[in-house]
Amino acid sequence: MIKLIDENGLRLDGRKFDELRPVRIEVGVIKNANGSAYIEHGKNKIIAAVYGPREVHPKHLLIPDRAIIRCRYHMSPFSTDERKPPQPTRREIEISLVLRRAMECVLFLEDYPRSIIDVYVEVLQSDGGSRCASITAISAALADSGISMRDLIVGCASGKADGQIILDLSDIEDKEGEGDMPVAYMPNLDKITLLQFDGIFSEYEFKKALDLAIMGNKKIYEILRKALMEKYFKTEEK
Amino acid sequence: MTVVRSKVLPGDCIGEAPPGPIPANTYKIGNKLYTLKIGLAEVEEKEVKFIPLAGPYIPRINDFVIGTVIDLNAFTWDVDINSLYTAHLPSQDVFGRNFSPTSHSLSEQFKVGDMLTAKIVAYDRTRDPLLTVREPGLGKVVRGEPVVLSPSKVPRLIGKKGSMAKIIESKSKTKLIIGQNGVIIVQGPPDGIVLAIKAIHLIEEKAHVASLTNMINELLSKGV
Repeated sequence: MIKLIDENGLRLDGRKFDELRPVRIEVGVIKNANGSAYIEHGKNKIIAAVYGPREVHPKHLLIPDRAIIRCRYHMSPFSTDERKPPQPTRREIEISLVLRRAMECVLFLEDYPRSIIDVYVEVLQSDGGSRCASITAISAALADSGISMRDLIVGCASGKADGQIILDLSDIEDKEGEGDMPVAYMPNLDKITLLQFDGIFSEYEFKKALDLAIMGNKKIYEILRKALMEKYFKTEEK
Repeated sequence: MTVVRSKVLPGDCIGEAPPGPIPANTYKIGNKLYTLKIGLAEVEEKEVKFIPLAGPYIPRINDFVIGTVIDLNAFTWDVDINSLYTAHLPSQDVFGRNFSPTSHSLSEQFKVGDMLTAKIVAYDRTRDPLLTVREPGLGKVVRGEPVVLSPSKVPRLIGKKGSMAKIIESKSKTKLIIGQNGVIIVQGPPDGIVLAIKAIHLIEEKAHVASLTNMINELLSKGV
């Protein structure tokens, strides 16, 4: 059995219980897309691209008074230690659905009737917490595309390892730990758009984990703001 | 009166909502105003303006647009106007009320791939935009180089009372046909076209910068 937290309270990668992994975001990486972003969250490397709003094909999908979101989350065969087959797995289908639902409540879909917004997420390297990192990347891509959004969304997970509540689980902590809770959060509106939970927590532990996840989300939000400001406004500083 | 200009991201609060209609690309919760897109917010006493820096072209009636014919059938041309919707040009608009598919050929007027200048005569949330080419100055574009600019930056390219566009035209010795949908046709000598396109790309990159006019003047003075 692997010890995830040592006697000094440090995790396997040397982090304290409330420390995030390094996060780096770059906006506007795919020229052909209407909006795009690349994120490195720990060892996760993920690209998100937004196409649209555009005409709906096939036409029978269109909704007369709002836009549709179509989201595809895909892990590249080389993204994990063992080669992953390229066809969609049940996990990828679930995450595609969950990401779409997280986005639907933040976008003003009524502004774009009879159209579709296609969101593609490609995981190039995975190391735990990829759905949360994907949410942050999608939010950056949507803002880059100029689609009307109530707020930016960021994602960060908290969980439990060796009986302690920790922030931002890595792959091994996710697999060997006692609980994992991805949270997507809108910082300005102070609302949660995604909350999933896997494990066994007491009520107290759940509240502590939620507060920790929101704290982590606020830190990632500052990094996301900086990345968007860098792309859109840095030329003035030169 | 002081004008407070700030760079904002989606979801940023830009102050109290004014009485009456709120500015475009903002929304209200309670009495607070929030932004929907990345852009620049200008707050002057109780008046709030928001200039987005990104976003698709949403058609409006009477907008002047430049589009490319992408398809045609017996009664209409389908025109790509750089928007989320495909616009339609009815054949009766070109041939008149006596139009008949047996006696008139649509491809003789506009083929697939032709660019044309048009005006939007009808659009609402339930149907695609309808175009007309009947007015003077509208019709097929026979010469010039097309350039695409983000639709939210077209007002910056035009400038106050057309000043920015006039500067580019006079210094590069070209003519700019500017569509509200972000498609621009540059007509003139080859050197002038290259210079004008450089100026347009600079506006795309630095639309938010206050000293843009000086930068454009400097670029145009340097030449190709």
